[in-house]
Amino acid sequence: MSGIIRLHFELPGNDLMSAGEASSSVKKKLNQLGINPAAVKKAAIAMYEAEINAIIHAGGGTLAVTITKDRINIVISDHGPGIADLDLAMQEGYSTAPDYIREMGFGAGMGLPNIKRNADRLEIKSAVGQGTTVEITVFF
Amino acid sequence: MTVAELAAKLGARILTPQANAQQEVTGVYCGDLLSWVMSHAEKGDAWITVHTHVNIVAVAVLAELACIIIPESIEVDDGTVARAKEQGVTLLGSDLKAAELCWRIYEMLR
Repeated sequence: MSGIIRLHFELPGNDLMSAGEASSSVKKKLNQLGINPAAVKKAAIAMYEAEINAIIHAGGGTLAVTITKDRINIVISDHGPGIADLDLAMQEGYSTAPDYIREMGFGAGMGLPNIKRNADRLEIKSAVGQGTTVEITVFF
Repeated sequence: MTVAELAAKLGARILTPQANAQQEVTGVYCGDLLSWVMSHAEKGDAWITVHTHVNIVAVAVLAELACIIIPESIEVDDGTVARAKEQGVTLLGSDLKAAELCWRIYEMLR
């Protein structure tokens, strides 16, 4: 491929039913571009987890995707409550999700660890009361 | 074994007749923690879950699962069936328990 592809998505707040639409659409795009399947799966799963987090914890947000020849960069930004203790949030099993979210099979404290596992590079910037920005990079 | 063949052997109902049931089933996975399923299920697995909400379709698409099987005669939301049709994911409904489905599919694939 040549050039840079940029995609933008809005994540509606508290609408779990629409979660996954952005990641499914990006996955389709990467497959069309002939990117290697392992990298596509990693990017799609990391992005989906981040989508779910923004919807559950932050009332939605925005998602900016940049695809170049050798990588995909995904930036998810929200204006939610922020993460008070990032080290704790990264621990598998730690969760602040409400019960109704857990009943749906989410909120088991695996989202951020799953993003870390699938991302080749992960940067999280968060400020309490201001919001969180998660930047995921996967190399092809 | 294709999803259609699997459904026939299990006596399962295909809830999304329009979807492509010719995908190859290469394994079976059972689990209800969606993040766990996404990180541990393998491409081509038939996934058994008691969840019936629309997000299971996204999990199946992203983890490249062969199909979703809802066990124990659990009724599936209309919205989930509609989303599965739209995304080309085959949803199966079975009267069997999850453990029995796992065992039967495992035996079929051996």
